[in-house]
Amino acid sequence: MALAAAFSERSEPKLVSRAVAVALDGVKIAFGMPDGGTYEAVAPTSLNVAESEFVAIVGPTGCGKSTLLNAAAGLVKPAAGTVHILGQPLSGINRHAGYLFQQDSLMPWKTAAQNVAIGLEVGGVPARDALEEARDWLRKVGLGAFGDRHPHMLSGGQRKRVGLAQVLIRHPRIILMDEPFGPLDAQTRLIMGELLLDLWSADRKAVMFVTHDLEEAIELADRVVIMSAGPAARIIGDYAIPLARPRDIAEIKLDPRFVEIHRQIWHTLKEEVLKGYRQSEGS
Amino acid sequence: MTVKREKLLALRILVGIGMIATWHVVAETSLVGDPLTMRFFFSTPLDVAGRIAQWLLHGTIWYHLGVTLLEAALAFGIGSLSGVVVGFWFARKPLVAAVFDPYVKAANALPRVVLAPIFALWLGLGIWSKVALGFTLVFFIVFFNVYQGVKEVSPVVLANARMLGMNERQLLRHVYLPSALSWMFSSLHTSVGFAMVGAVVGEYLGSAAGLGYLIQQAEGVFDVTGVFAGMFVLMAFVILIDWLVTLVERHLLSWRPRPAAT
Repeated sequence: MALAAAFSERSEPKLVSRAVAVALDGVKIAFGMPDGGTYEAVAPTSLNVAESEFVAIVGPTGCGKSTLLNAAAGLVKPAAGTVHILGQPLSGINRHAGYLFQQDSLMPWKTAAQNVAIGLEVGGVPARDALEEARDWLRKVGLGAFGDRHPHMLSGGQRKRVGLAQVLIRHPRIILMDEPFGPLDAQTRLIMGELLLDLWSADRKAVMFVTHDLEEAIELADRVVIMSAGPAARIIGDYAIPLARPRDIAEIKLDPRFVEIHRQIWHTLKEEVLKGYRQSEGS
Repeated sequence: MTVKREKLLALRILVGIGMIATWHVVAETSLVGDPLTMRFFFSTPLDVAGRIAQWLLHGTIWYHLGVTLLEAALAFGIGSLSGVVVGFWFARKPLVAAVFDPYVKAANALPRVVLAPIFALWLGLGIWSKVALGFTLVFFIVFFNVYQGVKEVSPVVLANARMLGMNERQLLRHVYLPSALSWMFSSLHTSVGFAMVGAVVGEYLGSAAGLGYLIQQAEGVFDVTGVFAGMFVLMAFVILIDWLVTLVERHLLSWRPRPAAT
């Protein structure tokens, strides 16, 4: 009796109350090649991301993890399989998702504040209210004084902050991130990671975070999913990260549990990275 | 290379004085040839300056300048607008672009001067035949730039705009149009210059008013002073317009990284 109660308390409520935010079911992604053939980027893959869950997807460069993210965003149509967003089948662009891109994605002809405000404006919020809220968000990402600057006058890290504000101002229920901190230097990445966790912990959206950096993945995520080297990439590992939150990501690397988790996952990932090298050398 | 402003200005003025002095010496002394012949072919700086001063004082030049400016402005306005519209249409409809591609290229390959007599025949000797000539020059520049601008919108910026919830109309307004216009504005100097070329060449080949007409009239009576005076006025005028374009461009393209000072 006591055992049964403990058991149900431990597993049941969490699984039931957490609805599935993103459900990829047998998703296969293929591209047409110029020679008429098809290139299978991602083999049929299934992946669920629960609401308020932070999932990091790690894999060697060019393994198709970004493509999988684009399928969840509705930017790429799977060749087979289904994508469900919050229980609904996805058609066209994923309206519930915000997407932070790896490359510069701000509109260069708009100022930082206008770039952030536009997400509200297209939803019908009057321009003035949108701008005001945009300035609030710029303050939250530490760019309160930079609202009137155009993107070319901001550093790479500042542009990423604007991008983050641009995504979060719309309060998307799902946040998709494609190596967002990839182009930044190590210190800036650390600070951006802290900022991200800070903002995320306020309302805990579902996050799909693609990265090639295993340390970054473990620092940030609740769950780390490992993908194999492409072509026909697939998921080869799925690890829960039982590190307590809030996390201090600068310090957490020294935690013995972090080291242990890292060692375990790296074992799987290393072989895939080497395989990826061999393939790219062979071709 | 950086030169001090004052030094640069002094050197520039020196070059100008040198050129005018050479002209003066050639025309007034027998160093190169008989001054009478020289003056017939090249006029003299003083005569030309006197003619320009006379035009300005009597005010006759303003009328001709006004006509030329009106023609150029109309050619620029109509040409740019059509260039933007057609450029957009072609860029968004690949089939249309593919079908019309050879005809656009063929039309653009034609030297525009040969069109002037046709336009004069169709539209008379008034301003519209000159506007038409300027139009054929401006249209293609703007058209090609806008076409390129729409085609070369960064796919990431586009994907991001879509993820932010923009529909087709909003994409047009917030992404395609600014991108296309930035390309158009970067060719502003060329297209404004060509609008002037169209107007002046058109006037030269047949008209009753304008700077081109003035130059052509002077040439008809071997009035070399008049030809040179007309040329100088035209030059000063084009430089003035170019300067205004630079101001406009700076204002409109303030979001762009400024190229290193030249």
